[in-house]
Amino acid sequence: MSSDPIRESAATPGSRTGSSGRRQRGGERKMVPDATFTSYYGRPVVKASPWGPDIPAYLFLGGVAAGSSLLAAGADLTKRIVLRRTTRLGALVAISGSFVALVHDLGRPERFLNMLRVAKTTSPMSVGTWILSGYGPAASLAGVAELVSLLPLHHRERAVGRVLAALGRPAGMTAALLAPALASYTAVLLSDTATPSWHEARRELPFVFAGSAAAASGGLGMIGSPLSQASPARRMAIFGVLLEMIAEWRMEDSMGIAAEPLHQGRAERYLRAQKALSVVAVVATIIGGRRSRLVSILSGIALLSASALVRFGIFEAGQASARDPKYTVVPQRERADEARSTT
Amino acid sequence: MSGADNPAVEAGWASPPARKGFFTDTSVCIGCKACEVACKEWNGVPESGLEFLGLSYDNTGSLGADTWRHVAFIEQSRPIRRHDADAGGSPTGSLGVDTPPESDGDAGFFGEAGDFRWLMSSDVCKHCTSAACLDVCPTGSLFRTEFGTVVVQEDICNGCGYCVPACPFGVIDRRRGEKGVTKNAGLAQKCTLCYDRLGEGMEPACAKACPTQSIQFGDLDLLRERATERVADLQRAGVDGARLYGHDPNDGIGGAGAFFLLLDEPEVYGLPPDPVVTTRALPAMWRGAAFAAGSLILGAVVAFIGSSS
Repeated sequence: MSSDPIRESAATPGSRTGSSGRRQRGGERKMVPDATFTSYYGRPVVKASPWGPDIPAYLFLGGVAAGSSLLAAGADLTKRIVLRRTTRLGALVAISGSFVALVHDLGRPERFLNMLRVAKTTSPMSVGTWILSGYGPAASLAGVAELVSLLPLHHRERAVGRVLAALGRPAGMTAALLAPALASYTAVLLSDTATPSWHEARRELPFVFAGSAAAASGGLGMIGSPLSQASPARRMAIFGVLLEMIAEWRMEDSMGIAAEPLHQGRAERYLRAQKALSVVAVVATIIGGRRSRLVSILSGIALLSASALVRFGIFEAGQASARDPKYTVVPQRERADEARSTT
Repeated sequence: MSGADNPAVEAGWASPPARKGFFTDTSVCIGCKACEVACKEWNGVPESGLEFLGLSYDNTGSLGADTWRHVAFIEQSRPIRRHDADAGGSPTGSLGVDTPPESDGDAGFFGEAGDFRWLMSSDVCKHCTSAACLDVCPTGSLFRTEFGTVVVQEDICNGCGYCVPACPFGVIDRRRGEKGVTKNAGLAQKCTLCYDRLGEGMEPACAKACPTQSIQFGDLDLLRERATERVADLQRAGVDGARLYGHDPNDGIGGAGAFFLLLDEPEVYGLPPDPVVTTRALPAMWRGAAFAAGSLILGAVVAFIGSSS
């Protein structure tokens, strides 16, 4: 209040003003009313993760790898050789990249193996480590088997080559078995924190990430295989975008005040671009995906980009939500007041 | 002692000593920051920035990798009633001058005596009964000690940083700096409740240094009893807003090992009003992830079944 200069300056940006905005009556009402709240000089209550772009990149690449392994398994069983090659090699590259990103983001990369000291279901990162420990070698082996098949005949005929080629299918199937867990656990990784916009997204985020993985891998399959073999990739992409967009829409609706950071700053730009690219890619795929190689390739690029953008958007929104005490204090204050009034 | 409330027992300690903790009674804190200094000295915590923040007398800012005790200063201009100043000899109130309760506070150089109060509070890791940092740690570096406290094992932490966003209080952080130059650079760092001193039967450095017994160390059971009496005394004396924070074993973190007596809402001090350990929602989150994984498999199957080759 203006009669209280010290308090106001002490509690910017949201000093307590006696009556809370959410209880104000009359006038125009926004979707989420301006909340007045008290904070310690506007400083954050929780800490934003110390993670850099490595982590959203890891989320994206892990999703690409997971979806690709599923497509590769199907392509293997239905004898779509080029689709299988594209997706197995894609999974190999993506999982290698995601591994590098993951290790690079550690404060002490040389201690990466300490992750294998324990297995804890209370830690999504520990669970993820063990999923990766199974998936990584399997997907890599399947990828290497695919590389061997590209070698000149006399190399392929060597014992090592023959063993690797024979391992392609079991390795690929193992990877496909673990892939869905790889695609969805990363949502729990983010949500199992005190970061408001990640924690409040916990109900729908696994579906957003699973859909994003399907869309991205479908896009990869469309880029790297002929039209005659890419039909499953197109369907995977359309399915993925639908799942992702519906989940995202419901998510933004259910997050309360913590949805705000999704519509601000960098997160907003990323997520807008993601939605636009996804819609354009799906429409193009439906209309021209069966007939035009060029349309397929361009749609595939758009789908991969959209998948990366949704990870970066949600990552940035979470970081922003942790830096602003509003998103921590306001919902907790409401909860505390409710508890107090019922007792 | 090993009550149902003792997380050390749950963590597998056979017959642990009584759970230890802090009771920080902010009503007698004088803001001397001896706790901050003693903590840095004893634990060899690096300098955390010599900055002028302009936040009253607080130039420390917040808890973090290099700040394990943080004294908050809040200047409040509000009518203080006479008995606030007298309660328990509290030095946090006014100068003890009798003033009309509704004085406006803009008269004279010092303002009218009694219309200003200065809240000071030494914040620290809460050593939660349900500790999110410990739950999410993927290396087992964070562990529950026999004293019921939560400590980082610096030779095991690989600096994944997961504990940082998991903590509902923003306590733990990854230490910046160059490996080999800054001690424990890249590792998660926070208050250990002076694990090394406890092992020798000594009290933590901050409590030892506190000149007003604002920071009290001891068996958590006894501290809770003492705090209940203290807050009742203050409330009886009419001290505005005296309340305990983090003392209730039924709260969202199962009760804190380090709890507080505050004179205003927690958020005024930069504390979350109703913290809940994030892992409480984890079973539901895993179920959601399983459904999402299932839908992905379904999508892949449909993609192939419907496709003509």
